[in-house]
Parts: sequence; structure tokens; C-alpha cells
Amino acid sequence: MTKNAFAVIGRPLPKVDAWAKVVGETKYADDLFLPRMAYAKLLRSAHAHARIRSIDTSRARALPGVLAVVTAADLPRVKFGILPVSQDEEALCAEKVRMVGDPVAAVAAVDEETAEQACRLIEVDYEPLVALMSIFDSLAHPETRIHEYGDGPNVHKNVALQFGDVDAAFDAAHLVREDVFFFEGSNHLPMEQHAAVAHWASDGKLTLWSSTQTPHYVHRVLAKVLETPAAHIRVIATPVGGGFGGKTDPFSHEIVACQLSRLTGRPVKITLTREEVFYTHRGRHPVLMWIKTGFTKQGDITGCHLRTWLDGGAYGSYGVASTFYTGVINPVTYKIPVYKFEGARIFTNKPPCGPKRGHGTVQPRFALECQLDKAAEQLGLDPADMRRRIVAEPFTKTANHLTVTTIGLGECIDKAVEASGWRDKRARLRVSAGPAARRSPKKRGLGLACSAYLTGAGTAIYWNDMPHSGVLARADRGGGVTVLCGATDIGQGSDSILAYLTAEVLGIEPKDVHMHPADTSLAPVDLGSYSSRVTLMCGMAAIQAAERLRDAIFAAVARKLEVSPASLVARERKVGVPDDWDKAVSFARAVELGEALHGVLAFPGSYAPPKRAGKYKGGGVGPSPCYSYSACVVELTVDEDTGAVELEHVWIAHDIGRALNPLLVEGQVEGSVYMGIGEALMEEQVFRKTLHKLPSMLDYKSPTTLETPDIHTILVETDDPEGPFGAKEAGQGPLLPVIPAIANAIHHALGIRIDEVPITPDKILKALDLKRAGKPARVGPERLPLLTFKVPLVVESAFGEPADAVVSRPFSS
Amino acid sequence: MKVRVALNVNGESREALVPVHKTLLEVLREDLGLTGTKHGCELGECGTCTVLVDGEPVLSCLALPVEIEGAHITTVEGMAEGGRLHPLQQAFVELGAAQCGYCTPGILLTAMALLAERPSPTREEVREALAGNLCRCTGYTKILDAVELAALRMGRQEART
Repeated sequence: MTKNAFAVIGRPLPKVDAWAKVVGETKYADDLFLPRMAYAKLLRSAHAHARIRSIDTSRARALPGVLAVVTAADLPRVKFGILPVSQDEEALCAEKVRMVGDPVAAVAAVDEETAEQACRLIEVDYEPLVALMSIFDSLAHPETRIHEYGDGPNVHKNVALQFGDVDAAFDAAHLVREDVFFFEGSNHLPMEQHAAVAHWASDGKLTLWSSTQTPHYVHRVLAKVLETPAAHIRVIATPVGGGFGGKTDPFSHEIVACQLSRLTGRPVKITLTREEVFYTHRGRHPVLMWIKTGFTKQGDITGCHLRTWLDGGAYGSYGVASTFYTGVINPVTYKIPVYKFEGARIFTNKPPCGPKRGHGTVQPRFALECQLDKAAEQLGLDPADMRRRIVAEPFTKTANHLTVTTIGLGECIDKAVEASGWRDKRARLRVSAGPAARRSPKKRGLGLACSAYLTGAGTAIYWNDMPHSGVLARADRGGGVTVLCGATDIGQGSDSILAYLTAEVLGIEPKDVHMHPADTSLAPVDLGSYSSRVTLMCGMAAIQAAERLRDAIFAAVARKLEVSPASLVARERKVGVPDDWDKAVSFARAVELGEALHGVLAFPGSYAPPKRAGKYKGGGVGPSPCYSYSACVVELTVDEDTGAVELEHVWIAHDIGRALNPLLVEGQVEGSVYMGIGEALMEEQVFRKTLHKLPSMLDYKSPTTLETPDIHTILVETDDPEGPFGAKEAGQGPLLPVIPAIANAIHHALGIRIDEVPITPDKILKALDLKRAGKPARVGPERLPLLTFKVPLVVESAFGEPADAVVSRPFSS
Repeated sequence: MKVRVALNVNGESREALVPVHKTLLEVLREDLGLTGTKHGCELGECGTCTVLVDGEPVLSCLALPVEIEGAHITTVEGMAEGGRLHPLQQAFVELGAAQCGYCTPGILLTAMALLAERPSPTREEVREALAGNLCRCTGYTKILDAVELAALRMGRQEART
């Protein structure tokens, strides 16, 4: 199908839920009010690490208006966690708390204020333990164990993989660089605080409405933790008011609301405060990184060795996956013939880190792209030309056995370079700045960086052979089509994409499609809105369901018109033969004919990614049907007197495969750029002793309209054979290059290197002081943790091998 | 202590019996059923709960109903007239300026107040006016575009009438 042949795809249509959102009709979880609804609050620990000696709830229970009080004693003693290998969380802590904010008790009351007051009446007797607040602390005190499991005292995960002989690669290099970087943690800061409403009805069935990105995983965890058959539990994800990965774990507050509803016989609502959102966290891991890369004179990479140390916080969350992600995606971008990765995630007594937009790949991307910039300078190469030269080959394998399909990165670099005036400005800004510009403290700089990101994780969180995404399409006699899918719309527009794809295949309008997403009782499973998987995986399932529906309708219309089904097309809400369009029947009539022939018209679509996991332990993290690519150029000024950075422009070119709706893609790209700016310059989840230093929107700085420059988005289409009509992801990848592009632009402006984010004014001023003192003008981490990595699993490099078969996957026919 | 408050919300006279310290945000959402107004930070920093009080943007999480009795309050539910979207709402729909949509009501109302005061604002003036409204999804670009488009259309409509 050529591009012009599309009726819906490629058009800048409004989102199907846009109207409800602008008039305030969208019902987020906290907007639900049920009759007799009670309100719940959690009592959270004020200790970072302590044993619970006893809990006395008697005064709370006696308070008028209190309906129920629960502690761990009132719940089955079952631990949970998002990953099967890290079942280390408790809905309410039984014996020990591991961070400030750990929940220890909960109250349901007639209103929120009473519940809060009751929480204050609960007396918990704690025996404080040593709090380990950094990677260094946790490794230095193996005698204090945060958890009893893992790969060593306070080491959650320790991994080492080697693909080929890196030492030989370094020996063969003209230039070998070793650099150390630090990436500070940050919170997702969704505008909507997490909220849930539970209703355990008198028939013994439980319904939970929750602002979650993963209703299917919440469904599984509720069944496990509440020891209740999953068949009697329904989870509905309400429209999510911002997720970014922060609503991807099953949470204590969801489980507790259910239990309180069971005990009170009333619906129970719980809404976290903003402070609780900061302590619930699951945000960006703080990561220390050491990266060693060999280069030829021309800038080719001979080999790369990366070490990462992740500060995991108090629980596992997605941490095992996060650890692998810090190592496995960089080789997808450039030709890296041999590669070694060692990584470790350390437990600390802080809120757990997890997946945030770009999950685990943002930090090593910062390290690699800043190092490439330093190498280009040493080699006397233009940073754009050097990257252009080393872009990975499409339809090959990487050193670590990932299959790469289409790669639009070369074109992205070219377009970002051209749009930004890179060549002219890079030379001019440095060399020919006039006397006035030289006198001004504001120095201008231009920086560039690239990235790649997966379009959906190739393996599920729990091992199984079932579809990752399912869709049911049902036609009604009025010509409408109902689409049921487990996907959650978190603002990215998944409902809209499913409506567009269905409408495209059936020749109807998106408005004719009725979306019923994210309800475990109604819709087939979709694993969740994470890892940039929904457009591709749900999209492919939706296309399959719609095509099956179309085939059934065509069979019936073909009979009626006495033509072959193959001669029929569906368009303009009609079905007919193009050359004899006058005889075409309306889509509604076609559905009637179809229903008369076949019975009810309801068809499933299923999708599972191609099975391409590398045949080594750990090979399951990293494979994806296809990868998106981005190139970013940032123009900024830095004030030498104050250290203030002002962004002037961001140009970003993104390989989207195909823009199913360019408006939505641009929105995802712009939002990613914005979030990258926040992480580069100001956002940080940091602690003062055991407490979050900035647990409010007043203290935790994020960019406003004033700090966010105009963002110039360029879409590159590569029509990937794995994606729905060729589409790849847009929601995460474009965040990655922004941060190193900013760091590289600051270097261009001032000749200083800030090797850690956020790049705050104090760090810039410190680097300038060093520069004036004739010392290396670098601010960044000075030491690395002492930790013995595992003996690496040595596997042959698969670099340059042809890609595994494309479009060979389960359920595809 | 509960008090009876009389409010004029979106042109309707409404009454509620509420604790004296209950915020306008809570009264709108919990007592008057107007859940279009959202909460984001609970301390007047994020702009999500913005409503108009006599045409001025006010953070409803910091306002007490007892202080503004008799004033005219506009929430997002009051922007469309007779089933017709306000030009700002229409522009937000067309340009994809609402992603998750959670900050959208507060931004629409802040922009409405801006356009009442400055019918043809520059982009910088739009930026200034919306600097107190955080959005985590859009990167603001499409929001600024949509406010400009609405201003343009409202200007044309003004010129015609």
C-alpha cells in the first residue's frame, strides 16, 4: 500500500478522547465517587530502616468515623513485586521497614480527614537500624542487610556479559578513552497523583479502578496477595493523568484499598498526596558509569566496555530489567564490533527506583554520547560527521545478538544538522564571535547527540507463550465497530491509534469506532503501557482483528454482489468493487449481510513479538521487534557569571518508521524533549539524611513554559516491516539524545565538561573556576564503588551477522 | 465547624454546607460534583486547579469558599456555551494540545483569562501567562500553538461582529 492510499493513517486527526479532555468530562480515578464510599489513608514509616516491634491501633479504631484499621496482621503474608525474580514488597510491612514512606498500617473512614487523624493515633514501636543511603554506604556495610536475597550483601543484581575480545579491540585502537559519569535520579512527576477505588461487592467479587499503566499485572498481583481467585477480580485502568513509567508497578495502596473494602463492605477510595508520590517513586535510577571505548583515527569504534552501578533503593521493582537496560541498548545505535558490559544494582534505604521514560537506557546514553564528543574533539573530527560514519547497518545483528531492522539514524543526523545550521554555527560561534559577544558573559554553544530505543520489549515480564497484546473487534448492525483491548491510554493516544487502525482497515471513520480499553473483564490482555510497546503490539493485533472482520464482511458482500471477495474494497463507509462503486453497499448494510451469513461478527487479533532473544542467559532483555532512532541538536547560551543555562532551540529528527498520526508523534517527541531538558538541567530525587530533600512541586524543580524552548521536530519515515503500517515508537526514544546534546553544547560554549546531571549552575561555575586555575575543566564523579563484578559470561560477538527473519512471529496467521 | 456557602458557579447559584477550612477545590469536586477541576500539588505550585473568580485565574487549592461568596466562578465545565466548544477548547482538540489531559482544565482557564485581557498576545506573553501551569506531557509547544490559534480565530470573529 502506498502512502497516498491511506484514508486515516498519516493524517493529523484529533485524538478520539480529546473532546472529553477539554471539557473536563474525562473521569480519572480520583473523579470516581460511588455511593457509601469510604476514604483510606496509609500510615507510612518515618524511619529509613527499622524493625517493627509492635503496632497499637486501638486509639485509631476508637475514633468516631473510623470504619476499619489494618496492619500486616490483617492481610495474607504474601510478598509481591512486578518481576517474578524480585517478590520483595509487602502491602503493609510486617517486621521491618526499609525506607521512609514504607506503609505500615491503613485506615478507612467516612472521610479523608478522619482517616488521616486516625493514622496519627496509631502507635508503632520501632527499633531503628543503620540506614544505608548510598551505593558506597550499602557496599561498605555488608553486616547490615536491607534484604536477605540478591547477588550478595545489599547487591540486588550483578551481571556481566562479554561479546568478543575487548582487550584486543583496545590494543588495535588509535585512541582509547576511559570516562566516568553520574546520572542523578529523578521522579516522573505525573500531574495526577496515584489514586484507586476498590469495591469488594457482596457477591464476593472485587472491582478495582486505578490510575495504572498495567491493569493486567495489577490483576495478577491482587489475586496472589489477597489470596482470591483472579476470576473474581476485575481491574479497570482509568484514564491515566500522566504515567511515564511511574504507574507501572502494582502498589501497596491498591492492595490495601481492596482489603479495606472487603472489611468494610463499602467502596474505598485512596488518593496519594504529592509527597507520597515522591516516596512511592519507581523513577530514574541514579547510575554511576565507567565507559572505555577504543577508536580508530577515522572515528570508528573498535570496541566498548561499560560498567554501571545502579542505586536501586529499597525494593526490586523492575530493577533487574533496569540493570540489563543500562548495558544492552547502546550497541543498537553504532557499529560496535565487540562489547563488554558489567552492571550491578545496589539496595539502599531510599524509595525504590524503577522504569522512567527511557528505562535504564538514558543514563548510559548520556555517558556514550558525551564520550563520543570528547573523542571527536581529540581526533579532530566533526561530532556529526563522526556519528554519521559509525551508524549501525540496518538488518544486521549487534555484538550482543540484537536484531536490528530499519535504521533512519543517518537521515536523522543529516536533517537535524541541516535544520539547525550546525556546520555554519559550530564554526562561527567559536571562532568569529565579535568583540561584543566576547565581552558578554553569555556564551553560545551548539551540541549534538543521537540515540536508539526499543519499540516494545520482546519478552513478557512473566514467561509465557501467550499473546502480548489482544484485541477484539465487534461490528454492530448500525455500522459501528467496538474495539476491546487491554491497553491503557496514559495520554500517549493508544485509544486513538487503535481507532485509526481499525477505521483504516474497515474503511470507516475513527468516530465510528467505540473504544473499551483497559478492563480485565471485557478486553483481551495487553501487557501494559510501558516499553513503548502499545502502538506496535496492540496496533498489530488491531489490524489482524479488523482484517478478519473485513474478510467476513467481504465474503457476505461478495455473495450479494456476485463478485469475488478479492475484488472488494472498504472505504468511505462503503464496501464495493472500485470499478462499479455505484453498487457499493453501506458499511452498516455490509455488517448486516455479514451477520446474516456468519452470525455475530466478533473477531480477535493477537500479537506476540518475534522470538529473537539471544541464546545466552540475560539475552531476553533488549530484543525488540524494531528500534526507533533520534538525532538532536541543541543551541543554548550559558552565563559565565551565574552559570545559568538558557535553551534557545532544540531540533530533533526522529525515525518513527511511519507516523500513523503526525500530530500525535510530534506531541510524543516534544514531550520527550521537554522531559529530557528537565533531567539535564534541574530535576533530582535527592535526600537529606534519610528524607527526600524536595518532596513537593515547590521544591522539586521542573521546566515551565519559560525554560522550555521552541522544539523543532522532524519526522523521518523508514516503513519498518515489523510495525503496524511501518510504525515504530515515539514516546521514549526522543528523550535520550537531549541530555547529552545539552552537555555537549555547554562544552562547546565554555570548554568545560560537566560529566553528571543535572547540570546545575553551581557545577558550571565550579568547572569555570577549575579552568581559570589551569586544571582540567571537568566536574563529575571522582570515585567508583568497590564491587567485584561476576566473571563475565563470554559469548561470541554476533556483530554484522544478517538479521533473523523479519515478520516471523507467533499468531501472525 | 460547618458553614453554608453560596457560590455562583458557571452561572448557576449553588449552595453547600462545608467545614470552614474546606478549599474551593474540594468543594467544587466533592460537594458540587464538578470534577473537571483537578489537583496536582496541594500547595499552589502547579496550576492544575486553576479556576476563574470574577474572570481572574485563582488557584482553587488555596482559596476558601467563604472568602469568595457572591463571586462568579468559572470552571472548565463552564467554558463551552450551548454545546459549542470555546475556541480555546476547539484549538486544543485540533492541535493535540491535551495529552493525558490532566493539566488541561487549568491551562484552558488561565489562557481564557489571558485572552480576555490581551486578545492578541505574543508567544512570549502566552509563555509568561502560562508559566504557573505545569504540564508534563506536551513540552508546551502544542499548548502555545493552540492558544495562538484560538486568539487568531477569536480576533477574526470579533472583527466580523
